[in-house]
Amino acid sequence: MPERQLRLSGLEPFVLTSDIPFVNVGERTNVTGSARFRKLIKNRDYATALEVARDQVENGAQIIDINMDEGLIDSRAAMVEFLNLLAAEPDIARVPIMIDSSKWEVIEAGLQCVQGKPVVNSISMKEGVEQFRQQAKLCLAYGAAVVVMAFDEQGQADTAARKIEICERAYRILVDEVGFPPEDIIFDPNIFAVATGIEEHDNYGVDFIEATRWIRQNLPYAHVSGGVSNLSFSFRGNEPVREAMHAVFLYHAIQAGMDMGIVNAGQLAVYDQIDAELREACEDVVLNRAPKSGGTATERLLDIAEKFRGDGGGQKREKDLSWREWPIEKRLEHALVNGITEYIEGDTEEARQAAERPLHVIEGPLMAGMNVVGDLFGAGKMFLPQVVKSARVMKQAVAVLLPYMEEEKRLSGASERESAGKILMATVKGDVHDIGKNIVGVVLACNNYEVIDLGVMVPPQKILEVARAEKVDVIGLSGLITPSLDEMVHLAAEMEREGFDIPLLIGGATTSKIHTAVKIAPRYAKGPAVYVTDASRAVGVVSSLLSPAQQQAYIDGIRDDYALVAERHERSEAAKSRLPLQAARDNPLKLDWTGFAAKTPDFTGLKVVEDWDLAEIARYIDWTPFFQTWELKGVYPRILDDEKQGEAARNLYRDAQDMLARIIDEAWFKPRAVVGFWPANAVGDDIRLFTGEDREHELATLHTLRQQVTKRNGRPNVALSDFVAPEGHRDYVGGFVVTAGPEEQEIALRYERANDDYGAIMVKALSDRIAEAMAEMLHERVRKDYWGYGAAETYAPQDLIGEPYDGIRPAPGYPAQPDHTEKLTLFRLLDAEATTGVTLTESMAMWPGSSVSGLYIGHPDSYYFGVAKIEEDQARDYAARKGMDLAEAERWLAPILNYVRKDAVA
Amino acid sequence: MTGRLPPSPAFEALNRAAAERILILDGAMGTQIQNLGLGEDDYTGHGSGHVCRHHSDHPQKGNNDLLILTQPEAVEEIHYRYAMAGADIVETNTFSSTTIAQADYALEAAVHDLNVEGARVVRRALDRATAQDGKPRWVAGALGPTNRTASISPDVNNPGFRAVTFEELRVAYLQQATGLIAGGADILLIETIFDTLNAKAAIFACIEAMEAHGRALPLMISGTITDASGRTLSGQTPTAFWHSVRHANPWTVGLNCALGAEAMRPHLAEMAGVADTLICAYPNAGLPNAFGEYDEGPDDTARQVAEFAREGLVNVVGGCCGTTPDHIRAIAEAVAQFSPRKVPEYA
Repeated sequence: MPERQLRLSGLEPFVLTSDIPFVNVGERTNVTGSARFRKLIKNRDYATALEVARDQVENGAQIIDINMDEGLIDSRAAMVEFLNLLAAEPDIARVPIMIDSSKWEVIEAGLQCVQGKPVVNSISMKEGVEQFRQQAKLCLAYGAAVVVMAFDEQGQADTAARKIEICERAYRILVDEVGFPPEDIIFDPNIFAVATGIEEHDNYGVDFIEATRWIRQNLPYAHVSGGVSNLSFSFRGNEPVREAMHAVFLYHAIQAGMDMGIVNAGQLAVYDQIDAELREACEDVVLNRAPKSGGTATERLLDIAEKFRGDGGGQKREKDLSWREWPIEKRLEHALVNGITEYIEGDTEEARQAAERPLHVIEGPLMAGMNVVGDLFGAGKMFLPQVVKSARVMKQAVAVLLPYMEEEKRLSGASERESAGKILMATVKGDVHDIGKNIVGVVLACNNYEVIDLGVMVPPQKILEVARAEKVDVIGLSGLITPSLDEMVHLAAEMEREGFDIPLLIGGATTSKIHTAVKIAPRYAKGPAVYVTDASRAVGVVSSLLSPAQQQAYIDGIRDDYALVAERHERSEAAKSRLPLQAARDNPLKLDWTGFAAKTPDFTGLKVVEDWDLAEIARYIDWTPFFQTWELKGVYPRILDDEKQGEAARNLYRDAQDMLARIIDEAWFKPRAVVGFWPANAVGDDIRLFTGEDREHELATLHTLRQQVTKRNGRPNVALSDFVAPEGHRDYVGGFVVTAGPEEQEIALRYERANDDYGAIMVKALSDRIAEAMAEMLHERVRKDYWGYGAAETYAPQDLIGEPYDGIRPAPGYPAQPDHTEKLTLFRLLDAEATTGVTLTESMAMWPGSSVSGLYIGHPDSYYFGVAKIEEDQARDYAARKGMDLAEAERWLAPILNYVRKDAVA
Repeated sequence: MTGRLPPSPAFEALNRAAAERILILDGAMGTQIQNLGLGEDDYTGHGSGHVCRHHSDHPQKGNNDLLILTQPEAVEEIHYRYAMAGADIVETNTFSSTTIAQADYALEAAVHDLNVEGARVVRRALDRATAQDGKPRWVAGALGPTNRTASISPDVNNPGFRAVTFEELRVAYLQQATGLIAGGADILLIETIFDTLNAKAAIFACIEAMEAHGRALPLMISGTITDASGRTLSGQTPTAFWHSVRHANPWTVGLNCALGAEAMRPHLAEMAGVADTLICAYPNAGLPNAFGEYDEGPDDTARQVAEFAREGLVNVVGGCCGTTPDHIRAIAEAVAQFSPRKVPEYA
């Protein structure tokens, strides 16, 4: 049966059981008790300050007391910062924390930083019962045990009677009124200095011990603690005597029931080993006895104290440093596994001197150590925070080697990369979970990889754009929810489609080797797709993939392995709820074409638009996506007043406006566009364009795709062709290409050369916005003027963002027509390369990047939709209509295929 | 401190029921929703269902909680199926209905409605079920972990950095708990806890919400042991976790998610050995297979959960990821023959 015991926790539990006679609370992380710690905190040397905490835990402190109360320190900020840093050190954070302050606001700030069950040190009735009750309630709500000082409105209790009276009163309030668990109450009946020469102080030791005895006998489950160092205050500077006094005091107080104390765990004499003469003198002082040799106890201790100064008595407990004797490789491994940074620089330097090349230290002992970390992690013998710490040790070691590697590079003239490789990390579209990905990023960054983290919900196109722009060596995808698996397949297919061949790493809770082997790897034949079990494996996998010596064998090994896995896998998947193509066609959007005749455009054929005014374009910019580009989420203009991002958004917006003004004044870009209209009619799922109004000679066919998902509630299976009138009715379709021009690239490069990445990104972001604004502006001109069906429109430019107007401008490659190859037809019709300078890459990407193309469909009931997944019957039909062979069509349609392509699995 | 508040009527009824038998919690929501095959338009209610009056220009597909407002009939149907499968306690579909989690969808403004309606829609489903068989059933308002951690830095070069503070979490959870109670939740369930500091902020907020309500609601607290290390993501052992949350005087404490029943067993046994309150376990249907699907069948899961019951480890059982109404039916049948765990009282 469990007992009512004080149950605390850090990362690990601590229970004050009856077989623990005394809990040692480390006091070295207390600015009021340690001059060294005070100095470290004042100088903001938190790294060394953490070492102080670590020392205490290694020396056996079961709880560590943290106190930042000092006039020149922002105690609250220091408490928060130190506790947050400490949480990242698992070998310290494993023990519970005692949050120590005389200021409630510091305590409360501390309570908000610890996940374990801490102890608050302290609250009291000093400011009255009401405040005491309130603070106790908060301690309970935060889930903390509490030290209660024997202090009330009249002052600090000195005599045993006062101590008892106050503690009893506090106990009744806590237990009866607040509902505080009695086992979570720790009384501090005040340890005052003895042997001060003032007679009233002589009994303070006895008063404490007697009060302790009474509390333990009369206040069930409550504990007694105290700050022991106060006791010996008058012997400052004589450490051996102080330590002897503490040991003697504790010996007697513990017997009376004191079960906790703030003691320097590293500097405590052992009662039995104290010199007999010193021990007796200390006992006389603590217990307020008359010395056998006469005189007062204080005089007696003063007499002999000098004899013991600088002598034994206090023994420093050494932490186990036997590993320092080990060979260098084992030392490095030990430091990595245990996350010890203290010796890493010296050890790395030693290893470097012994190695032929600095790089060999990384590839040899350091990587070997990290592999041990990976194995331990995989086996559940280490956990994530420790792995992150190991990574930090690695980073420090690499930092030692870097200058030598650069020097080597300088001497040899070899063009070695500065980082081990550039890794793009992203959580895929539709998924907001990124903890795992962040950890992988951290581990890689600490291993000298440059990590480009695109964050969460990253659309595949953004991943590929950045991968291309940043020339990354590896792409790492993460996802937690099951739909993310599809996104990964999609991205693999997109990588394939866009001609990537760099490694694609797959990780996250729902990913697996089999899924990677069966669904992802086959979609990405040009490069390796590799499943990574966990963060600690990432470095090993990436280094193998990027090492010229190992890479081929490693990739071949994976391919063989995956081929085997895929082979074993049953290929047949239960049919999903998709309609056969014919059934989808039997459920189209049925617009009423009776008596329909579209307005005739001003012209058919082409028109090149050159009269662009950059200032006018700027009025049409939709700024919301601009902020999204900079990872500021929110809608313009509200984002400028956003509580959190507002300032950043305003600064960004101001910089953007400054650059935009220069773009306009100095005519940085030379925008171009082409627009065309053609007589058109829907024929099945296609849109046929004609050379003239007689509609006799076919000019081209625009192919569209039909939604094949089972629809409910009478909703149609739409294709773009549904929005265009069938034969026998007058209708038109338009097309356009706009571009901000190729100047953007060169301007961005100029910024990059000047080491101004901000400017480089800004100009790209703005040229993108300009191209989009041009598309919006041109569409308006089409409706009001060229085509003219919306001549009466009076929307302001900013109103257009909500698309209140009739008609749409769907673009090939976007959800309503996911097939990028339709751009070929569009570009041919518009003679776009000649008229605008925009070209298509082999992957159907437009160059320059700040370009937009699309169709114009004018019907007032047309809308944007997504085709979503299609079945093989439609892929075959579509390929036949396009005159493409099935395999090629499937390649372009890969992201939307609802089945495994035959050629992809083999 | 909720011990100072009078218990709600449901609290007393739940205690009576828990003394008699092992109670059944419902199963996974996400997989049931996925089976509906909803698209962006369905999520926003523009294609089918009801248009949400809260505007967002972010894509909403995957924002399962939003379906409370845009597809309430479908959500109610899932709750109803769990109730009819034997669940005594059915969770609201509000795992991510905090301003923090909804920020990714720019739908912070919807959280009050999500929680109020989230509780109401469960209540409607349970009332329908009770009208048929007369059995009492209870609504558990679910509070998820959010997508940020209060005690882990996302940036190694700045381990002191925090992407979210206790105070931000407390405010968000207070809003959620208040909404859940207003919507008629009988229970507050803080679940899938991978960072205990987040859970402590939720506990703080639940206490505040109950004080404002004037009644103590039963609180269920459920941690998540993420992997073979046997620890939470934030590094705590099961016992350390229990110590961190015991001040909430939870009606139940236990584990859910991440692991199947078999892998969860040792950690659950550890918790059952130290906790002086009811124990609740709702594991996943095994581990996800290669395609992220859970293919452990109802009988398989039920057999393992029945082992918990046979060993006297549990008072409330249910299912997490991958479980279906069939799993819950099988679990309910499998544990019916066993007595609930006796709560050890601290001497």
